[in-house]
Amino acid sequence: MPCWKTRPQHMKLCAWCIQLSVVVLSEYSSNVPVWSLRLLPALTGALSVPMAYQILSELGFSHCAAMGAALLMLIENALITQSRLMLLESVLIFFNLLAVLSYLKFSNSQKQRPFSPSWWFWLTLTGVACSCAVGVKYVGVFTYLLVLAVAGVHAWHLIGDRSLSNVSVLCHLLARAAALLVVPAAMYLLFFYVHLSLVYRSGPHDQIMSSAFQASLEGGLARITQGQPLEVAYGSQVTLKNVFGKPVPCWLHSHQSTYPMIYENGRGSSHQQQVTCYPFKDVNNWWIVKDPGRHQLVVSNPPRPVRHGDVVQLVHGMTTRFLNTHDVAAPLSPHSQEVSCYVDYNVSMPSQNLWRLDIVNRDSDAGVWKTILSEVRLVHVNTSAVLKLSGAHLPDWGFRQLEVVGEKLSRGYHESTVWNVEEHRYGKSQEQEEREVELHSPTQMDVHRNLSFLARFLELQWRMLTAKSDGSEHKYSSSPLDWVTLDTSIAYWLHPRTSAQIHLLGNVVIWASASLATAVYTLLFFWYLLRRRRKICDLPEDSWLRWVLAGALCAGGWAVNYVPFFLMEKTLFLYHYLPALTFQILLLPVVLQHISDHLCRTQLLRSLFSALLVAWYSCACHVFNTLRPLTYGDKSLSPSELKALRWKDSWDILIRKY
Amino acid sequence: MLCATSRLLAARTATALPAQPRGRGPGARCRRRELHFPGHPELDLDDFLTGRLARPSVPVGRRAILRRGRMPPAVGGGPARSELRPRRGRCGPQTARVVGPDETAKPAARSRKRPGWGSRHFEAAGRWALLALVTLLSFATRFHRLDEPPHVCWDETHFGKMGSYYINRTFFFDVHPPLGKMLIGLAGYLSGYDGTFLFQKPGDKYEHHNYMGMRGFCAFLGSLLVPFAYLIVLELSNSLPAALLTAALLTFDTGCLTLSQYILLDPILMFFIMAAMLSMVKHNSCANRPFSAPWWFWLSLTGINLAGALGVKFVGLFIILQVGWNTISDLWHLFGDLSLSVVTVGKHLTARILCLIVLPLTLYTATYAVHFMVLNKSGPGDGFFSSAFQARLSGNNLHNASIPEHLAYGSVITVKNLRMAIGYLHSHRHLYPEGIGARQQQVTTYLHKDYNNLWIIKKHNTNADPLDPSLPVEFVRHGDIIRLEHKETSRNLHSHYHEAPLTRKHYQVTGYGINGTGDSNDFWRIEVVNRKFGNRIKVLRSRIRLIHLVTGCVLGSSGKVLPKWGWEQLEVTCTPYLKETLNSIWNVEDHINPKLPNISLDVLQPSFPEVLLESHMVMIRGNNGLKPKDNEFTSKPWHWPVNYQGLRFSGINDTDFRVYLLGNPVVWWLNLLSIALYLLLGSIIAVAVQRGAHLPAEVEGLSQVLLRGGGQLLLGWILHYFPFFLMGRILYFHHYFPAMLFSSMLTGILWDTLLRLWAWSLASSSLARGLYVVGNLSLLLGTAYSFYLFHPLAYGMVGPLAQDPRSPMAGLRWLESWDF
Repeated sequence: MPCWKTRPQHMKLCAWCIQLSVVVLSEYSSNVPVWSLRLLPALTGALSVPMAYQILSELGFSHCAAMGAALLMLIENALITQSRLMLLESVLIFFNLLAVLSYLKFSNSQKQRPFSPSWWFWLTLTGVACSCAVGVKYVGVFTYLLVLAVAGVHAWHLIGDRSLSNVSVLCHLLARAAALLVVPAAMYLLFFYVHLSLVYRSGPHDQIMSSAFQASLEGGLARITQGQPLEVAYGSQVTLKNVFGKPVPCWLHSHQSTYPMIYENGRGSSHQQQVTCYPFKDVNNWWIVKDPGRHQLVVSNPPRPVRHGDVVQLVHGMTTRFLNTHDVAAPLSPHSQEVSCYVDYNVSMPSQNLWRLDIVNRDSDAGVWKTILSEVRLVHVNTSAVLKLSGAHLPDWGFRQLEVVGEKLSRGYHESTVWNVEEHRYGKSQEQEEREVELHSPTQMDVHRNLSFLARFLELQWRMLTAKSDGSEHKYSSSPLDWVTLDTSIAYWLHPRTSAQIHLLGNVVIWASASLATAVYTLLFFWYLLRRRRKICDLPEDSWLRWVLAGALCAGGWAVNYVPFFLMEKTLFLYHYLPALTFQILLLPVVLQHISDHLCRTQLLRSLFSALLVAWYSCACHVFNTLRPLTYGDKSLSPSELKALRWKDSWDILIRKY
Repeated sequence: MLCATSRLLAARTATALPAQPRGRGPGARCRRRELHFPGHPELDLDDFLTGRLARPSVPVGRRAILRRGRMPPAVGGGPARSELRPRRGRCGPQTARVVGPDETAKPAARSRKRPGWGSRHFEAAGRWALLALVTLLSFATRFHRLDEPPHVCWDETHFGKMGSYYINRTFFFDVHPPLGKMLIGLAGYLSGYDGTFLFQKPGDKYEHHNYMGMRGFCAFLGSLLVPFAYLIVLELSNSLPAALLTAALLTFDTGCLTLSQYILLDPILMFFIMAAMLSMVKHNSCANRPFSAPWWFWLSLTGINLAGALGVKFVGLFIILQVGWNTISDLWHLFGDLSLSVVTVGKHLTARILCLIVLPLTLYTATYAVHFMVLNKSGPGDGFFSSAFQARLSGNNLHNASIPEHLAYGSVITVKNLRMAIGYLHSHRHLYPEGIGARQQQVTTYLHKDYNNLWIIKKHNTNADPLDPSLPVEFVRHGDIIRLEHKETSRNLHSHYHEAPLTRKHYQVTGYGINGTGDSNDFWRIEVVNRKFGNRIKVLRSRIRLIHLVTGCVLGSSGKVLPKWGWEQLEVTCTPYLKETLNSIWNVEDHINPKLPNISLDVLQPSFPEVLLESHMVMIRGNNGLKPKDNEFTSKPWHWPVNYQGLRFSGINDTDFRVYLLGNPVVWWLNLLSIALYLLLGSIIAVAVQRGAHLPAEVEGLSQVLLRGGGQLLLGWILHYFPFFLMGRILYFHHYFPAMLFSSMLTGILWDTLLRLWAWSLASSSLARGLYVVGNLSLLLGTAYSFYLFHPLAYGMVGPLAQDPRSPMAGLRWLESWDF
């Protein structure tokens, strides 16, 4: 059964690792291979443990410390829970650690044999791991930046190394740039290439994308638009979609009703036929492009295409009225002009129905108006107002459709003034009745078009970055401040009958001591730094450098994966903290070993400290064991036991009432 | 070359080694060599200019010879230059630090060729004369046609109005700290403005009201920006042409000019920012005489200006960061100087804490004290603040109020949310629109006092009028089930399983029922936070929660602004999540019950720190609330440096008097180019130094100016620009102007350095000097000419728009997005 929720916006990114098409299923029916889908997160979660060991030993710490790091990762309940379900965090953590580890391997081999095969291997692997981390979730970018920063500092030292020749410095820099900048970028593009070529069918999130993008999906818009004529000609029948599409995607629309003579607030209107923007497909969305110089509403043979700068009239298909605007205040946006379909009341209000076509994304000034591809603005000839979607909902008299206005003071380019032709056919019928039948008939025909990969990539990127998730609160949402103290939990799953359940809960001892270690590290670091400034060196040079590098990677990794969440406006959950926590756990043995090596002066103190460590670790093991039922969800606990596990009031442990 | 290497080494070891005795060591030896540097160009425009100003009769050749005896131009260099601060130059204005040790090391060399006193004197006189000229020009441009247009322009409607509030002493609320508006009010008061003009909307004519005092005050501060920039650049680069170029860029920038001419906060803010920067730079150059009088003077002046900047707008925080960074690096250097004892460093630290933290904080708090003292009458800002706060304001109904203390059935009350800037529980005769929950009457929160905020508290099961004198008074107790009836519309506060309009996971709250008769969804349990059953509920002091009986949810406000149908009031929801947040806690504010005795409530007066904290919370919430609405054209931070779009200050049509805030494109694009060039040049030099390249002495000096002085300015630009990318609030073009000041100063330094470098690379000294002078002059004249072209933007345009060939601005609309 489904645990937790699926997150489509990330699924796109994980194309490479998880067979996303399967994950999108919201109900795991029996034929879905749940086990194999959960294999990858579990595998990566498991691999993180030996990698923690490797990282610490590459940092130059003792096997004891490295072993400690691995053992701590092993008994961290939150990491286990997260990696046992089909979730992305453990994959992200894996790639984060891999990036750090391979960078360390690389920088260690730098000292001995630069440009050796293993040097190249680790360098490239760093780039690859970074791009994978970013590809899994965007927050992976923080670790990437950290690795880049450390690499940058090392490169700067390299530049200052006078023993190297200019050429070899240049080679070093180029190699780094290629591996850490070019390779990730290329890989990232590759993921999307794979994603877009795998996901070529239309799906539930189509309408977020532009018409052109949708048209490139099989069975998406293409189902309707495939085979449309490409070039809009005089006499073409078109539907015009607003490019901005906010608050909802909609099409230029008109219908028999007129604007009310007097609005609620006492202002008057022209009482002409309403023009609105309508968010549903409708026969009233069809408009005919007419040449002002001619009378017929059919496409001549050969068709005469409409070009940038041409003056056209737009005729509403069902009512044969002309799109018109004039110096009358719009119903809801009184600073703009009303747009109507012209009705001649013989009140000395002449029709002003000429529009100049302004193709925004034209190639040349003689560019042809193309279906779907061209983004056009319609500029009114008499008043130079621009046809615009104001975004306001009309009141009842306008059937709550969206208001369309003529924006007089067009302040530059805005997407709400831009429209594109979505459905298109060449009109053939002379008579109104025939035409109505024609308008009702579905569109069909024959051209094929494809958006280039790069264009699709950029659009998808843009939509993903700007997609506003509903910043709503969730039962288990939390603020970053709650994470450090573990003041929150997430219930992932509850057995339908028993009270076996899975919770995202951390090992309290590890969380507390990891935070403490971060604080101790920071204090010690500044203490040493100030003393070194006064030429008092408590640490020998090499252990100082090791101490700084370990701090930069572990404490830095914690900070870059944690602090940015304070600035994010999206809904946050406890699991967002896990990448940061991993780095914090790595810092813990660093600090402990430092204390034992440098601060415990006598042998007695050192043994005492070791004894303390053992006690502390068994304490952590005990906590792990106590919380185990909530981590694995394998055992149904009695209500009293569950109550006993509720160590903090803010933990939402589910207790059935019988 | 040998000389340059040794300099470099000296520079690199300077941080570690104790001070080098002056006049000895590699630096001194080098000096002598430099005198014979073969292709050493003499290209000091300041000398050139001073020479021309002071002694026009001296032939060119002679001047060149005279100057050969002086130090290398402007940039000084040498170990002293690149060394620690304490040994950097003389304290005090003008004759700047670079003239320092090098200069003192060889008075003999100089006096042989020309009397040192004389040259200094002339130089100083030239600098003062130029400063006076620059200041004069700045004042002339800013005060020219200051009274035009004689109507309210753009944000004058806010800040002018707020100035009037100070004169009238009525309380108001604004998202910015009070100092700027207080100063505007003071300027108005002193110039005889009586505070009676309403400042209702842009375009209102001032008529007989005296607005020139306020505009003049802003223009005065705006004019001072130019001399400040001049002095800062002079201090950082010690190059007169660089300072002149900066001054010209700012004087001739139409944007700065426009922004300085109206009643706005920006000239005041920029004044404090630049003053803080100037005093910081001056203080840095006093570093060799710590704890002397000028040292203290500039340090405390920095602190005062920081308080001013923060007191005008929160943007002042960025200059605080800059000064903070500078102070930390300064202390870091002092701390690393082993010749200073820890006690001395401690003294330095204490001095900075006193002057840069304690002093500004005190002043900042003092502005608030004045603010609250002056504004003691109730006004439009009351509703934004808590009940306790309002009790301070005379004219407010809570001021010296006496109201019944305990809540009883039949009382008419207003209910206020405890979270700041949410307001009162409110309802009105408008329904939720179709498609948004049930079509019942809207319930919102509203910040202003209004009849529609009144509710009657009733028993849930009877509809009898509790105010009937025959009935005994029955108090409402903790845990009672009640019904809240809206007084004006007689509908009950109601909730049901429909999603709330904005927060989809909460339930909708509506007004339901006719004349108080509804259904069981109108029942609420009233609870006092942290209280046991049975106790009465106190007005104002009890923190209450209203829990919906049927669904078990809690009445709260999400703080989100409803769309137009909800009159942009705030959403009220019933939240099923029982987390205790201030959003769902309320207090009873007004309380009317004729059957109960009134008691006095003077105990409410909050202390000053509470008031201070509260007003900050309200301001921060207000700032965050300034979100762009859907489909509104908003300015994006990337628009700003490219001068993509201006702001219309006044007038739209061709018949109007139009003022358009737009930077002088020549200046702005030059600035943009300079930043790119600076980054390029800076990184080349940094890499060269890191590689240990042997820079010639001349280049070494120039690169020091570029990296240090330019670096500070670049930091200023970054700090005043990039944070805007992270801001969620609505942004305007004028937010960029503080950053623009920094980038103009950077441009000044960069071009001066570039020209010097270029001139240096030429062999012939006369050609080099010619090139240098021509380069500087063409930059100056180019800016001035572009100002001549674009000045109508600032001073006002009448007549056809720029598309029209008859317009004075025809052909100047270089970007489609400019609309003037």
